[in-house]
Amino acid sequence: MSPLDTALLAIVVVVAAPIAGGLLAGIDRKLSARMQSRWGPPLLQPFYDVRKLFRKETIVVRRSQNFYVYFFFVFMVFTAALFFTGGDILLTIFALTLASIFLVLAAYKASSPYSFIGAERELILMMAYEPMVLLAAVGMYLVTRSFIVVDIARSPQLLALRLPGLFIGFVVVLVVKMRKSPFDLAASHHAHQEIVRGITTEFSGRTLALIEIAHWYETTVVLGMAALFFAALPWLAAVAAGCVFFLILLVDNVFARVKWQVALATAWITAAALGVGNILVVFFLR
Amino acid sequence: MTSLAFLIALPLVIAMLLLVFRPRVVRSVIVIAAAVVIAVGSLSLLLPQPGFLSAPFQVPAEYLDWIVLGVELALAAFIFFLGIRHVRHLVSLLALLQAGLAVATEVLFGSRIEVATLIAADRFSLIMAGIVGIVGSLIAVYSLGYMKAYHEHHREYRDRQPLFFFLQFVFLGSMFGVFFANSLPLLLLFWEITTLCSFLLIGYNGTAESRGRAFLALTLNLLGGLAFAGAILFLASTAGTVELDKLISMEKGAALIPAALLAFAGMTKSAQMPFSSWLLGAMVAPTPVSALLHSSTMVKAGVYLVLRLAPLLRGTIPGTMVALVGGMTFLAASLIAISQSDAKRVLAWSTIANLGLIVLCGGIGTYEALWAGILLILFHAVTKALLFLCVGTFEQKTNTRDIESMSGLIMAMPKLSIMIQIGIAGMFLAPFGMLVSKWAVLKALVDSNPLLVIFVVFGSSATLFFWVKWMGKLLEVTKVRQADESGIAGRQWVALGALSAISIGLVGFYPLISAQLIEPYVRGIYGQVAMISQGNFIIMSIMLGMVALFPITFFVYQKNVRVVDAYLGGGNVDSSVLFQGAGGQVKSMEMRNYYLTRLFGERRLSLAGGIACAAFIFVMFGVAL
Repeated sequence: MSPLDTALLAIVVVVAAPIAGGLLAGIDRKLSARMQSRWGPPLLQPFYDVRKLFRKETIVVRRSQNFYVYFFFVFMVFTAALFFTGGDILLTIFALTLASIFLVLAAYKASSPYSFIGAERELILMMAYEPMVLLAAVGMYLVTRSFIVVDIARSPQLLALRLPGLFIGFVVVLVVKMRKSPFDLAASHHAHQEIVRGITTEFSGRTLALIEIAHWYETTVVLGMAALFFAALPWLAAVAAGCVFFLILLVDNVFARVKWQVALATAWITAAALGVGNILVVFFLR
Repeated sequence: MTSLAFLIALPLVIAMLLLVFRPRVVRSVIVIAAAVVIAVGSLSLLLPQPGFLSAPFQVPAEYLDWIVLGVELALAAFIFFLGIRHVRHLVSLLALLQAGLAVATEVLFGSRIEVATLIAADRFSLIMAGIVGIVGSLIAVYSLGYMKAYHEHHREYRDRQPLFFFLQFVFLGSMFGVFFANSLPLLLLFWEITTLCSFLLIGYNGTAESRGRAFLALTLNLLGGLAFAGAILFLASTAGTVELDKLISMEKGAALIPAALLAFAGMTKSAQMPFSSWLLGAMVAPTPVSALLHSSTMVKAGVYLVLRLAPLLRGTIPGTMVALVGGMTFLAASLIAISQSDAKRVLAWSTIANLGLIVLCGGIGTYEALWAGILLILFHAVTKALLFLCVGTFEQKTNTRDIESMSGLIMAMPKLSIMIQIGIAGMFLAPFGMLVSKWAVLKALVDSNPLLVIFVVFGSSATLFFWVKWMGKLLEVTKVRQADESGIAGRQWVALGALSAISIGLVGFYPLISAQLIEPYVRGIYGQVAMISQGNFIIMSIMLGMVALFPITFFVYQKNVRVVDAYLGGGNVDSSVLFQGAGGQVKSMEMRNYYLTRLFGERRLSLAGGIACAAFIFVMFGVAL
């Protein structure tokens, strides 16, 4: 791809990713409602919500707290652009981490006990999923000999067949990454729980809208990574991403929230057993 | 070549001057002048000088042998009597054994061995010298301000500043010696001088506690020194040489025993598990000592040696064991750092962890690993020195180094707080230096031994946790505080500012350093070289540009927002910190970071890590022998 093509593609991604992410959020709410025998909101409700948030007054505890959210947003957009234009997958992961750290710092900056606990828990969750995500990238490298997303996507091999352990492990940490129960300890979607809204407690109006949109970008990136395991067959990749999304929803509705110890242990044991096991098999049976 | 000898000798001469001219003003002038000369001198070596690097240095070897041996025996005698006086018989025994090995080498083989190149410098030694020259000089300048305030605060310790600065410069001179020496006995001599400087500086306060810790450091480092002396004797008897460059170009099989012994010496010096306790203990020393000896330079001598041996260790079982020790140390030390709330201990554990990562690179020994390892040394030295000096400044101002008490530092000490954040960001965040290096390590591992990837991915996720929670503590503000950064000397700010600027500048300039120095060195050994691709470098630069915008927000406050008190369950009492409790009483809210001590307790994890690493070391020697 020429630099110009890359730039054009990046613009398309920046526009399209939040639309896709917002639609997914709408589907999420609709499906969750049906699982709970409710009718649920319209499909476009997330967009209506965000529009409404933009019109609301912005309330803060600390005047500088919102800047961190702006950086969170910008780096999340950057991450999506980097991933979908086919950049280096490790660099994508690092950019994603950088973005997430800005959100955590925003919560610290707000200096409120509920956002503080949310920030601490978010850090534990980040520590929990990071190894598995990196191991997934390593596994992809071992099969395709490249860390570049384009090369991985163009590989004729169906990665999921060589990397089943990594794929399952990745889906497990996706639950953490998408803030779903049983691992939604840092920022619950329901404000009546023990930490109120956790990490986003003190954010409102336009800033909260940006956090929401950033999460839409994030959802597309992480589902994109899951789809990468099936990239050799594009139709299967789409089906797989859909199945993963549905599965995570189901888990969200079935499980009760766990303590951080269980979340950390689940993610790390999965990474150590399935992830490392899979990598060893691939490496020694090469 | 004279300039190499000049760089070694100059700090030693300065040290003597500092011992003679004791008034504070004179000392300041000498230290600042010396710092400038040493920094410029070490940097000037990095400029291209045709033919310079290959010129051999001829000295009448037979005299020099005896001089080196004489100084070494004097050192051994000093340590021996130190051990007797303080009833530390193990120390005396180790000194005696090492002296015995040195004498045996000289008497049995001294006449037969020609040392062709006594001191020499290739690009790797020049990078190391540059680091020591710049960072060491800045720390010396910082110390001038710090030590004055230190003795004003701590009347209970005897003011021995002339000795302090004497040791600092002796240390700098011998560090240059370690990096320039090609003859192993000479290298060992400088190596032991740094050990002794470290011992004396850890014990600077003269309390029973500091003396105990100093002896712990001395004992463990002497153990490494003994292995070093053993390596020399073995090499002299089997290969008839005592030169580092000849050792490295030897056949892998024949060189395995001395390589393992030297790697062992390197691991003790770099505080790898199970020897890491001495570095933690060394934190009782005044903070510039921790910054200079115990994070940015002396401990780097150990990893320098291990990286030198990389070509010998590559693909061997002892090499894999070295890599496992490094990997295990990285993982365990990173996890332990989570449980620490003393800022200096966090830095100490993180130093041990990063040294582990470099040892891991040396043990792997491929061209990619070597490149990553050298890059790690460079970034870590600068950033960690900055962080240590910042913590020292914080302690000087507040008499504590508890991270919890750094809450609201962004208001109380804005400049210092931003510098700590630069340091922390530099340690783990994209696109800063340490992350670039960790990334390179990851790439090096996937090509050689993916099993070792486990240590890196789990360890680095732990580093993320403890650094961010520290950063968050600096940012959170629960009550308005007046900014007060008075009482910190201008010389301290100069050093802090310069180190911050270098930490950031390196992110932009490391490709240049890599292209001019690291890549030619690595290519010279392996014929191949690793580097970050240009595309990725551009993306990293964009990220850096974006992150660089962030500090603006420290000074801009958002308008058009409504400021309210933090949510306290609806029970706020006129503020963000006071709330009405269940019984109607007014309570104050408090926020403390998680330390997860039950899971990541220091005692349990260092025991587990120590046992594992000890086992790896046994296997290393078992296979090598």
